Amino acid sequence: MTTFLLRRIALIVPTLFFVSLLIFGLQQLLPGDPAIALAGEDRDPAVIAFLRQKYHLDDPLPMRYALWVEGVARGDLGESIRIKRPVFDLMTEKLPVTGELALMALLIALAIGLPAGIIAAVNNGTVMDYGVSMAALWGLSIPNFWLGILLILLFSVELGLLPASGFVSPTESLKQNLLTMVMPAFVLGNAIAAGMMRHMRSAMLQVLSTDFVRTARAKGLPEIWVILRHALRNALIPVVTLSALDFGALLSGAVLTEQVFTIPGFGKLIVDAVFNRDYAVVQGVVLFTAFAYIMLNLIADIAYVVLNPRLR
Amino acid sequence: MATEILTGIASDEPIGEPPWLRAVRRLVRRPTAMIGVAVIVLFILAAVAAPLLAPYDPLATNWAAVRKAPSAAHLFGTDEIGRDVLARIIWGGRASLLAGLVSVMLALALGVPVGLVSGYVGGILDGTIMRLIDAMLAIPFLILAIALAAFLGPSLTNAMIAIGITQMPIFARLTRGQVLSVKHEDYVEAARAVGNPQYRIVLRHIFPNIVPPLLVQATLATATAIIAEASLSFLGLGQQPPTPSWGSMLNTAKNFMTQAPWMAIWPGLAIFSLVLSLNLFGDGLRDALDPRRE
Repeated sequence: MTTFLLRRIALIVPTLFFVSLLIFGLQQLLPGDPAIALAGEDRDPAVIAFLRQKYHLDDPLPMRYALWVEGVARGDLGESIRIKRPVFDLMTEKLPVTGELALMALLIALAIGLPAGIIAAVNNGTVMDYGVSMAALWGLSIPNFWLGILLILLFSVELGLLPASGFVSPTESLKQNLLTMVMPAFVLGNAIAAGMMRHMRSAMLQVLSTDFVRTARAKGLPEIWVILRHALRNALIPVVTLSALDFGALLSGAVLTEQVFTIPGFGKLIVDAVFNRDYAVVQGVVLFTAFAYIMLNLIADIAYVVLNPRLR
Repeated sequence: MATEILTGIASDEPIGEPPWLRAVRRLVRRPTAMIGVAVIVLFILAAVAAPLLAPYDPLATNWAAVRKAPSAAHLFGTDEIGRDVLARIIWGGRASLLAGLVSVMLALALGVPVGLVSGYVGGILDGTIMRLIDAMLAIPFLILAIALAAFLGPSLTNAMIAIGITQMPIFARLTRGQVLSVKHEDYVEAARAVGNPQYRIVLRHIFPNIVPPLLVQATLATATAIIAEASLSFLGLGQQPPTPSWGSMLNTAKNFMTQAPWMAIWPGLAIFSLVLSLNLFGDGLRDALDPRRE
């Protein structure tokens, strides 16, 4: 197992290197002189000269890359042109908001996806299985920003039950916070639940056909006990790893959900940055999400080995 | 071994039937896939015949008919500056279908050769390419597409490029995996033994055998690309106004939810039904092309 872990950790190094190259390369896509583009609409010569010096734009490309990486390693992701604050500070400010949204969405996805997947697998080939599979396809096909708009129309405009947008900090009012977050979290969780249900269904189907499940049934154990205690525990292992891959979908979805419900999180930060031509912020957010994704998948892979006694 | 293969094929299948014909025959037997095909064809026809079908000019404003609810004159209602929503839905289909088609073509054109070379050559080259693919896959799809669209500038063309590039790694990885699974098959060894050049082995002997999974992935990727284009347009990074696109129509509709809810219903329903149909077709195609399923 140690060899596996060391190999797995070593694989991160080239991936991180390529991620950094990609993100640094984004800057090179800007048409014309990056200093002029970064200076914004004013095009103040003093600002352009300052940026040229600050970002070492007169240095050769490999040198600039090295300087950029060194800055990133120190936590220096540059400064927002528009808000005149370090990108790192802006991100740490928005992180708890998106974190709460993502966590609530994940809980909702688990609450819908896992039981649905189990029910579909246990009733394989029946109307129930077909219904759950269709519901999953439905969930995968509905654009989550549209689902958000539909929910606002129903619960805010028609019924007046929930606030349509905005964000209240949980430290300010936990009740208001939950009221504003429940719709966005459901919208985001819905898309993840569909994928999770599919993972759970196929993992469960595989486990249900194994010898130890047949043995458990032959011993005369109640079916519910066989499913929950024998099959589910084993079927959950691959679902853990596959769910880590859903993290990307969670973040992509968060961008749109935050836009629909005007939640001041990570997604809103990157979208606003795009329109303000605040490229350092865009790079910072991309870098952070990629880093988080790589680390989460590493943890999931390690968890897979730790949870699976056959691999230990 | 032989019995294993034989049991996989249903007994009513005519012997000597070409594989593609068998796939088509299996596909038409699946009602959900056929519903999907019918809806897709309907959308394509509507987009192609948009000038003939649309009841109004999609760009023509009418200040006397601002935010009018659906009626006989305007079946889907009108928007905030009096444009006919039905006409904009019909014309907007062009942006969505074009984005789905072009970005997947781009992803295939970039990803398949990379996967073929990576899988066939192997070694250090394969290792390096795969780490680069890992890096691209590490950035969440929409965030990478947003970043690319942001640095390239907002337009439908750039959105299609951004979506194509972000989908490329999926095709590269799939192609590579398929090449690895067939590259030591007897027929490839035979082609090598009779002295075929490398490029010929890859293009004539390996590639045709890995087309089915690529076809299925391309169908499902088209659905993803259409949602991605709508998402980018919804964020203002795709098709630019006043040219209609379903995503940007929803973006505007968001501001008039209390006054004109119909503005938000139709574009979303259009995206949803097209994407659902592509997913139904893709799932049906996967089952039809899989020799183990019947």
